[in-house]
Amino acid sequence: MSRQGSKFDMKKVNSELVTLTYGTLVAQIVKDYENVDDVNRQLDRIGYNMGVRLIEDFLAKSGSGRCLDLRDTADKIQTAFHMYLGISVGIGGWSPAGDEFAITIDSNPLTDLVELPDELRTTLKYCGVLCGAIRGALEMVQLEVQCWISQDQLKGDANTELRVKFIRKLEDAVPAGED
Amino acid sequence: MVIYGVYIVSKSGGLIFNHDHNVPKYETEKTFSYPLDIKLIYQNKSIVVVFGQRDNINVGNVLLAVNGIAITNRQLDDGRDVFDVIENKENYPLNLKFGRPKMTTNEKIFLASMFYPLFAIASQLSPEPKSSGIEVLEADKFKLHCFQTLTGVKFMVVAERTQAGMEILLKKIYELYADYALKNPFYSLEMPIRCELFDTHLQALLDQVEKSGITNV
Repeated sequence: MSRQGSKFDMKKVNSELVTLTYGTLVAQIVKDYENVDDVNRQLDRIGYNMGVRLIEDFLAKSGSGRCLDLRDTADKIQTAFHMYLGISVGIGGWSPAGDEFAITIDSNPLTDLVELPDELRTTLKYCGVLCGAIRGALEMVQLEVQCWISQDQLKGDANTELRVKFIRKLEDAVPAGED
Repeated sequence: MVIYGVYIVSKSGGLIFNHDHNVPKYETEKTFSYPLDIKLIYQNKSIVVVFGQRDNINVGNVLLAVNGIAITNRQLDDGRDVFDVIENKENYPLNLKFGRPKMTTNEKIFLASMFYPLFAIASQLSPEPKSSGIEVLEADKFKLHCFQTLTGVKFMVVAERTQAGMEILLKKIYELYADYALKNPFYSLEMPIRCELFDTHLQALLDQVEKSGITNV
């Protein structure tokens, strides 16, 4: 996806290409590691490293400003899903304190053609890369969050649901002139 | 419409990219007869004009060559000491070349890291709350435009005072950085940017802005 003309008009690729490439990646990691926990950890790490770079792309192209509350953040994550995966996601499930919310994904392009084998069904976090990406991206704008998969279509749930919990603002990391 | 250069400073304050775009060259060559009417001293590893400004040779210029032979420190490339040559009457007439001292990479790194605290001080000095740091720094010969992203990376453009639309240019450079530096899998964050694609696209962008203005970008 490269910059072309106006800010949201980017080169589009077929989502199946993404599905298949990601599938290859996960299959390879599963092959490389004996332990499913290690696989999950690797997926999260890959996501994190993507997130810390992708955030700059998001900021440069959407021109959005700093978030002052988590609802702002949630809206922007929604925009980001639209930009990078071409899907609309639902935001909901707010905790009473407003520090935790859920991202509901009806049709997840990453899992389109996927069914998990029995030995991995309960343990593998197939979309773990999304959680890592959200965590990495938010860390770069000085928000520490926790992100995990709470429902998974691959495990028989109706939707895929990610939950995001605000931990703290990284005050030391806020650049001068921005606080 | 002239853009002199582009600098990118990482969030920890290090210079990660620098591009000299259109730096004017001020060099003057002139033949002198004995005795030399310009006062020269040896300072910071170069020979500097301290007094006697004339014919486009200005105070602060450095001596670049004698009779076409280049100088390193205070030595000619053929091994003679520059001051010995200049003071010896038999060597005259002498052709001397003067010019603006060139900034070395080390000096650029040094200056870029000096801008970092200035930026921070500006935001603290501000009488109004929630002030940003320095966005424009104006001098009589140039303007420095600075744009800080939410993640703390600073983009700076040094341009002619009359050059308009630099804010838009800075955002465009940010997009190029996001595309060609950060999406390069072999580029690690916070490290100096050595990506050829980034260089070429930046060069093209700057050329276009200089030629046809910012509106057509």
